[in-house]
Amino acid sequence: MNSIKDRAALIKNAADTMGKQTFQGTADKNNTARTELTAQGAKVVTLEEAIKRTGLKDGMTISFHHHFRGGDKVINMVVAKLAEMGFKNLHLASSSLIDVHEPLIDHIKAGVITKISTSGLRGNLAKEISHGLMEEPVVFRSHGGRGSAIANGDLHIDVAFLGASSADPMGNACGYSRSENAKSICGSLGYALPDAQYADKVVILTDDLVAYPNTPMSISERNVDYVVVVDSVGDSSKIASGAIRDTKNPRDILLAQQAAKVIINSGYFKQGFSIQTGSGGASLAAVKFIRQSMIDQGITASFALGGITAHMVKMHEEGLIERLIDVQSFDKVAAESLKSDPMHQEVSANEYASYDEPGSATHSLDIVILSALEVDVDFNVNVLVGSDGIIRGAIGGHPDTAADSALSIIVCPLLRGRIPCVVDEVTTHITPGSTVDVVVTEYGIAVNPRRPELAERLKKAGLNIVEIASLRDRANAIIGTPAPLPFGDKVVGIVMNRDGSVMDVIKNIVD
Amino acid sequence: MMFVPGNNPAMMQDAFIYGPDSIMLDLEDSVTMAEKDTARLLVHNALKTIDYGTTEMVVRINPLNTPYGKKDIEAVVKAGVHVIRMPKTETADEVREVEAEIEKVEREIGCLGRTQIMAAIESTLGVINAYDIAIASKRMMGIALGAEDYSANLKTQRSPEGIELLLARQTIVVAARAAGIDALDTVYSNLNDMETFRKEVELIKQLGFDGKSIINPRQIEVVNEVFAPKEKDIQKALTILAAIKEAEQRGSGVIAVNGKMVDRPVVIRAQRTIDLAIASGIINKEDI
Amino acid sequence: MEVKNAVAGTLESGDILIQIAPANTAGLHIELDSTVAYQFGKQIEAVIAETLQNFGLTDAEVKATDKGALDCTIRARVTAAAVRATGKDVWAD
Repeated sequence: MNSIKDRAALIKNAADTMGKQTFQGTADKNNTARTELTAQGAKVVTLEEAIKRTGLKDGMTISFHHHFRGGDKVINMVVAKLAEMGFKNLHLASSSLIDVHEPLIDHIKAGVITKISTSGLRGNLAKEISHGLMEEPVVFRSHGGRGSAIANGDLHIDVAFLGASSADPMGNACGYSRSENAKSICGSLGYALPDAQYADKVVILTDDLVAYPNTPMSISERNVDYVVVVDSVGDSSKIASGAIRDTKNPRDILLAQQAAKVIINSGYFKQGFSIQTGSGGASLAAVKFIRQSMIDQGITASFALGGITAHMVKMHEEGLIERLIDVQSFDKVAAESLKSDPMHQEVSANEYASYDEPGSATHSLDIVILSALEVDVDFNVNVLVGSDGIIRGAIGGHPDTAADSALSIIVCPLLRGRIPCVVDEVTTHITPGSTVDVVVTEYGIAVNPRRPELAERLKKAGLNIVEIASLRDRANAIIGTPAPLPFGDKVVGIVMNRDGSVMDVIKNIVD
Repeated sequence: MMFVPGNNPAMMQDAFIYGPDSIMLDLEDSVTMAEKDTARLLVHNALKTIDYGTTEMVVRINPLNTPYGKKDIEAVVKAGVHVIRMPKTETADEVREVEAEIEKVEREIGCLGRTQIMAAIESTLGVINAYDIAIASKRMMGIALGAEDYSANLKTQRSPEGIELLLARQTIVVAARAAGIDALDTVYSNLNDMETFRKEVELIKQLGFDGKSIINPRQIEVVNEVFAPKEKDIQKALTILAAIKEAEQRGSGVIAVNGKMVDRPVVIRAQRTIDLAIASGIINKEDI
Repeated sequence: MEVKNAVAGTLESGDILIQIAPANTAGLHIELDSTVAYQFGKQIEAVIAETLQNFGLTDAEVKATDKGALDCTIRARVTAAAVRATGKDVWAD
């Protein structure tokens, strides 16, 4: 006889050998229709309940992403709730902060937020912090640097509050929604992915709770602890307008033409090249000129990286760019494309630009066009602090892409009104001059002396190559020499290099 | 020649970065009556202060029969303008009147003969008198067509083909050539139609014009492409520049090519031909 | 010199708006609001004062709203405002 009863001793024996229990039978089967079950779940709670259950305590670190840019509603909503619940001394670690986050000023004054880590600051929040609003300096990191810091524990996140345009009750979440109730779209959730992976607790906030399974997802349910349904996570129209608008500013067009000529004659413009551009008027216009040359010369790009724009999507759809690698969708067209086009791939901040992630996309990047607030005669770049000493920008992926790309091009006007952009020494050191190859201005193009062969190629192409010091002299001749800024002695910001070392500090400004 | 409104400081300080051969700061049509005084001061100070490099600086003044014309001349001559552009020129007498005013100011500040004149012809009478105007003054360096007023005067309007302008254009080129000065064509104001603009530039180059007036930096590239210097001009310019170098080495201010003296405007034009050739990628800076 | 209220310039980028009014007390009283005050405030005030002194205007209330104008533009706008305020032109009639 060989029934299961006859084998009982052998089963017990096997279990003992493996150190396991023998099977004791199942609980009663649940006969409710699965479609009904999947509309709800134990993870779906109110914001207050989610906060309580995460075990958040005073002094802990909370994190956010800024994919909705000017339309973001999550940060203000969550911090207001935390203030209402009486939390103090929190460390707010957002992928970036912008004008819309001005209400944080009051929460800082009230002691709810006492420490900030971010890529950038803008508007009145930036102004107040520059004047010494906070006791503890703000820690600034590049996007790649933030990804590394989260992964290696430099930036430990206790609770991440991540807005998503759709999520199911298990927590599978996306920057877009395929349901008919979709309220918002931000496209890539790239900057939120390290948070989702490494934070101790993850709360997804969504304005469109969809039935399980919300596939394909950006953030997997296995990383999500709670799901909170809210009226709105963000106003998509404020990411950037969806339409492709060509700049009519003749100076931008001139800069763009020069930048395009640099690229086309750099030696890197060949079949299968890869490229990243910023979102400034000149950068976007440069893409337009490059596009024409690609068509004329029959060249296609293997991928475009970074903040993806409608321009890039258009070139991808025309077959000029094979693949799009998207850490942040810069406009609605890009967000929609990410949703519908399998060749348009979302990547996390680490996979995008971390120095210690061997497979990060920047390591495979040929050409990057970047903007700048200031460049100095040693090619150092500042993209964070204005020439008036007030923080007014973001590090973004600037130092990451400059360092990893084969050719980094900075495009900036020599003068913005009476403000010089080529200076003796940048107000704040963000991107080291050793990683910058070319500076394009309307008064001439400077090539880093480190790259004589590049200067030679560009000269041969008839471009106006000048010494960078002559650009500074030219600026000073036009505007006069600026007076030194009224800095105080308090450190209001610390700039981290992407490798985790401290690059620079920002002092307070005194009126 | 790029037109820049004389009452817009930002545009005036920027204009030359786009690389036009000459910049015309305008005190006339683009400036309202209420702002004539401030524009005049702006243009005066800009000319005195801003480094326009090798760009030829032109100012379009108001006619002498307005309350502004005389003051315009004083302001821009004192600031060292290269060329005064007279609007709506109809007779040689008008040129001589302007010349007399220029001379008065030049005598006062001791720079007699520094300022050149360009006359814009913008009426049927002006076209009839084109040659007289062209030879009215030894300061005359060029005549230009102003087609908007001219078409109105003809009782017609401008067409994309420009058939109505043909007589005026050819008359102006012929007059300029006979007088040994430059001929400059009118503006084209539809910035969004670059195709028609290019056709017009090709047409006027074929007619013999030396250049085109433009109202926006975006039009420069088209003009430069159409007018890119030919091998012959480049060789001539290189010869002149070589002569300058040689004169410098000798420590002499007199420049001569094939035994003939070379005037400053010729030198400027030679330099411009070379700049344009370099900009167009025809020759290399190192080859000079 | 008799001074009336006068204005010259615009609030466009790269320009400066100069308002001149009769002086309440002797001397030039310059009130400057500038987008580049930290770096160029003192220089702008000096250019305004020097231009007015060269013009011969020694007593006036001056309000300047600067949008990053260069010195040559400031001189032009200040002179224009002074001409308008005094009725005395810098060019021959």
